[in-house]
Amino acid sequence: MKRVLAALFARIEAPLAAAFGPRNQPFANLGALGWFFFWIAAVSGIYLYIFFDTGVVNAWESVEAITHEQWYAGGVMRSLHRYSSDALVVVVVLHLLREFALDRLRGKRFFAWLTGVPLLWLIYVCGISGYWLVWDELAQYIAIASAEWLDVLPIFGEPIANNFLNSETLGGRFFTLMVFIHIFGPLFLLLMMWVHIQRHARARVNPPRALATGTLAALLALSLAYPAVSQPPADLDVVPASVGLDWFYLAGFPLLDVVPGGIMWLAVGGGSLLLAILPWAPPAKSPPVAVVDLDNCNGCGRCADDCPYGAIEMAPRSDDKAYDREAVVDADLCLSCGICAGACPTATPFRRAGPLVPGIELPQQRIAALREQVIQLSADLSGDRRIVVFACDQAGADTLARDDTGVLTMPCVGMLPPPFIDFVLSRRLAEGVMLAGCPEHACHYRLGDDWTRQRVARTRDPFLRERVPRQRVAQNWQRPHRRDLRVTELAAFRATLADGSTDHA
Amino acid sequence: MPRVAGIALQIVAYAAFAASIGYLSSSPDYRYGNERMAVVKISVSHATERLEPCEALSPEEIAKLAPNMRRDLQCARERASLTLELAVDGVGMLDLREPPSGLWSDGPASVYRRFELPPGRHRLALRMRDSARAEGWDYEHAQDVELAAGRYLTVTFRSETGEFVLR
Ligand code: HEM
Ligand code: SF4
Ligand code: SF4
Repeated sequence: MKRVLAALFARIEAPLAAAFGPRNQPFANLGALGWFFFWIAAVSGIYLYIFFDTGVVNAWESVEAITHEQWYAGGVMRSLHRYSSDALVVVVVLHLLREFALDRLRGKRFFAWLTGVPLLWLIYVCGISGYWLVWDELAQYIAIASAEWLDVLPIFGEPIANNFLNSETLGGRFFTLMVFIHIFGPLFLLLMMWVHIQRHARARVNPPRALATGTLAALLALSLAYPAVSQPPADLDVVPASVGLDWFYLAGFPLLDVVPGGIMWLAVGGGSLLLAILPWAPPAKSPPVAVVDLDNCNGCGRCADDCPYGAIEMAPRSDDKAYDREAVVDADLCLSCGICAGACPTATPFRRAGPLVPGIELPQQRIAALREQVIQLSADLSGDRRIVVFACDQAGADTLARDDTGVLTMPCVGMLPPPFIDFVLSRRLAEGVMLAGCPEHACHYRLGDDWTRQRVARTRDPFLRERVPRQRVAQNWQRPHRRDLRVTELAAFRATLADGSTDHA
Repeated sequence: MPRVAGIALQIVAYAAFAASIGYLSSSPDYRYGNERMAVVKISVSHATERLEPCEALSPEEIAKLAPNMRRDLQCARERASLTLELAVDGVGMLDLREPPSGLWSDGPASVYRRFELPPGRHRLALRMRDSARAEGWDYEHAQDVELAAGRYLTVTFRSETGEFVLR
């Protein structure tokens, strides 16, 4: 199922990436768009609250006034409020599916997934309570249907539905409770959104500017062209036989007319539970975590900077070296991606003094072994346009190996210390180096592709040395299953390679 | 992809996004009830009789209780179930038996039902039992009502007066 979903996303995202550019591609920014839509709803909601009458008698009138008397301000704000909340549902559901498809939930990564599940509940509580506040026929329908549904639970002494029996029994108390829920629900949602990203270093909570502008403009245009309006005012003596539903939030209500409430509770509760245990179904094996070698750690902090999961803390020195700090790995957070090794300035294959042990590395794939592998690999290559491909395990690049192409994989291509590229080219181990990984914001380890590009471009430490001829370094960021594209790009790259003797100083 | 095509595709994507949100945010309509029918809602919440009668406490016993707990009667908590029958035009429509709520079965018993009836004149006959008796009824009420299409008739019970209220 994951595989099918992943392929589906890849299929949709390819043209989008071509149109928007990989960085602005909407599906690569779903979590950040979620935050963005939340903020739009929050700001527009605060505006509406200023003019909203929180009593059940006048609520409908006050919303009408906001909508029509100041359509250019309140009306637009109301529409934005509704449409951004709807957009939030859309991006969150897609976000959930995509994280699932990319398998970013198992093992030690459970945290974001597990904390995501209550977010779903909170979003729905916020959305549904919002529709009450209008107190129109739709609100009446929701009030009665949700009260009847809640009454199925054996926890309320007196049926909540009694509040909405007829216009005489209508209690303002319950309405006030809804106003309260609609204010504190979103605050709690925000708190939980913050918890949700606590295990991410540099979580992207803001979409790129172009994408933010585009989506906001789209919502604004929609708000002007098709403003959100109320239905006729609620009258508890009249049966609302037909209501226009917001299907993003309220699609469950029609189901309640065919499925017994108890079954619905079981389905919703069971579904949430099932969702919540997905990270452990089946449990993931955790490979050994990164280890620090204090003799080689100078406390520079680059590994801590680059770790996508905040698994490295710079602690006071525990030995008698003259440095201030040392790297300490938290085994519960470390996902064994190796990106820290790629960041460590001591991980250079040129090192002569003593054995090659960097300050930090993965015990199952040591940097010294990587150097041996490259040398070995090169010895087996033939031809005058040899290429070494460094790729991550998920990139599906190992099938590219040929007589003149050697492939070395690691958990994430971000694990490759840039001096290795220099090493391969300057030692004539190959005529070209290709770095292969997943496309932007689809990196299995979140940031490995970003860091790699920046290191090569010399905007992030450790830099790839200037002397390395850039035309001999190719990058290939593709979905794992696009082997065809990798093959074409590899061939194109090979065609550009000179015979290797001319451009080296 | 040429730049113009890229921009065009972006616009299409944004438009599709906005259009689907705009459409699904209030349509299609959901037909929830039949406006040619009337809807009867019956909701009764009533604290039924205690299963065992309360015992009067003697003055000495009262004196022994903590000051904030002093009372005249000692009651077993458990209440009887609520039995409710409704017949419309002589035909049995509901026959409900609802246990008292609460962990110790000491809370009120609640019944809530909603159903449709064709509009027009109907005779509603209600019978309710709120004690441990095995037969006979504690409350009975019959009334002719005029039901209008698309409107609610609510049936409630006032525990204070022991009356059914139809509205
Ligand atoms: C209000 C709703 C939500 C918002 C605003 C939100 C936002 C985010 C953000 C900003 C990230 C970090 C992305 C990055 O920097 O790489 C993230 C990651 C993630 N979210 Fe959500 N999210 C929401 C709901 C959910 C839900 C419902 C689930 C699933 C049950 C979920 C599962 C995940 C997972 C698995 C990750 C990535 C974990 C990893 O990379 O190890 N999120 N989310
Ligand atoms: S292996 Fe990855 S997750 Fe673990 S400490 Fe290094 S960078 Fe962080
Ligand atoms: S990058 Fe290397 S040297 Fe710098 S703190 Fe981390 S382990 Fe130590």
